[in-house]
Amino acid sequence: MQAAPETTRAAPVAPQSSHPAWLRLAHWLNALAVLVMVTSGWRIYNASPLYEFNFPTSITLGGWLGGALQWHFAAMWMLVVVSLFYVLFNLFSGRLSRRFFPVSPKGFVHDLWSALRGRLGHDDISHYNHVQRVAYLFVMLDITVLVISGLVLWKSVQFPLLRELLGGYDSARHVHFIAMSLLVAFIAVHLVMVALVPKTLLAMIVGHKERA
Amino acid sequence: MRKREQSPELDESSILKDARKIISLQVEDRSRRAFLLRGLTLGGVAMLSGCNITDNDHVETALSSMSRFNDRVQGWLFNPNAMAPTYPESMITRPFPFNAFYGIDEAPTVDEDTYRLEVTGRVADTHSWKLEELRAMAQTDQITRHICVEGWSAIGRWGGIRFSDFLKCVGADTDAKYVGFKCADDYYTSIDMATALHAQTLLTLTYDGAVLPREYGFPMKLRMPTKLGYKNPKHIQAIFVTNTYPGGYWEDQGYNWFGGS
Repeated sequence: MQAAPETTRAAPVAPQSSHPAWLRLAHWLNALAVLVMVTSGWRIYNASPLYEFNFPTSITLGGWLGGALQWHFAAMWMLVVVSLFYVLFNLFSGRLSRRFFPVSPKGFVHDLWSALRGRLGHDDISHYNHVQRVAYLFVMLDITVLVISGLVLWKSVQFPLLRELLGGYDSARHVHFIAMSLLVAFIAVHLVMVALVPKTLLAMIVGHKERA
Repeated sequence: MRKREQSPELDESSILKDARKIISLQVEDRSRRAFLLRGLTLGGVAMLSGCNITDNDHVETALSSMSRFNDRVQGWLFNPNAMAPTYPESMITRPFPFNAFYGIDEAPTVDEDTYRLEVTGRVADTHSWKLEELRAMAQTDQITRHICVEGWSAIGRWGGIRFSDFLKCVGADTDAKYVGFKCADDYYTSIDMATALHAQTLLTLTYDGAVLPREYGFPMKLRMPTKLGYKNPKHIQAIFVTNTYPGGYWEDQGYNWFGGS
């Protein structure tokens, strides 16, 4: 079972962009939305810390609780609209199944082990290895959890089903916080990887033609 | 010196032109590079939040129109039949936290004997109410979660008159848009009519079975488990029904007006 996951790739029918314009647009708009959501969210958190710490005010957005809430409840629309656009385009263009599947625990462990030994190549950036597949699928799921827990915090009376699903208002606060932390952790790893393979940044800005 | 005197205009203008060209190229290049670099660094995050974008007038206008948009969305999402969860007595938060824009010692003292609740605006009966008249009306009790805009929440037990009963009793125009409140602590706020008529919206006179204490809003607090804490006015002195947007103490400073949960 030495079948390297790289070989699972189906031959592309015709060369096409691995980073089409809609994807790049969605990526950067969501990067901005997430930046605003996270930094304003930290300011909101500081108003009544859930855990034994505060975020340094200098890295938060909004100036005061009311300002941070305004940013948070404005950028949430951008996050939701852009994320929906991203998921629907991925789904209907076939990109979701082409790029992110199949994905298996075995492939993940194999690729992670190769990556940690520095043996995972990034020659073809239009092909995602299993670690990338898991990471990107995870971040889609994580943003979904953030939106759902956010809905419960915003409108706990109007969404009783979601509220009970998350175990009530107070537990939704923990879910929202943990999902935010995981998103930030993803971004940290993501930025390190971009720094290690800078051509991916270029591809996300100007696009990249897939290898025939 | 001489040269300059000979053709100062030509010289100066051409030198300036060249200089401007060189500088503008550099500035453009530098600012572009700086922008890209900043966008890539964590410093960008700090700058974005630390700088003055929040103070910019355009940004403020955009953010408050988004807040108005969120008012409309919440009005549309509001289901008059959706009830906030109620809890058993064992789950009441003790002691229930005091929260206001002033310290607990500064909570107003309202004299029961001289107190009159003023009711004005789009109502048929504008007579002022004594506390005993309000206490004579049908009372109801409920244990609900108070959710603060800061994020914390606490469970308490409030009792009083169903606000929809009171509005009917004074012949309020229930097609009007707003109900406004003025309080003894100079606090003021306003709510939408749909929430005012919600079955769990109570004009409360008691807390945990006893007369509403001073720190929780004596003589009366409007309690709405469908709205955040700052929308629940305490020490109410005047109620008015209107179609003119009345705003509120925190709302005028930027808190969302609907403030529903």
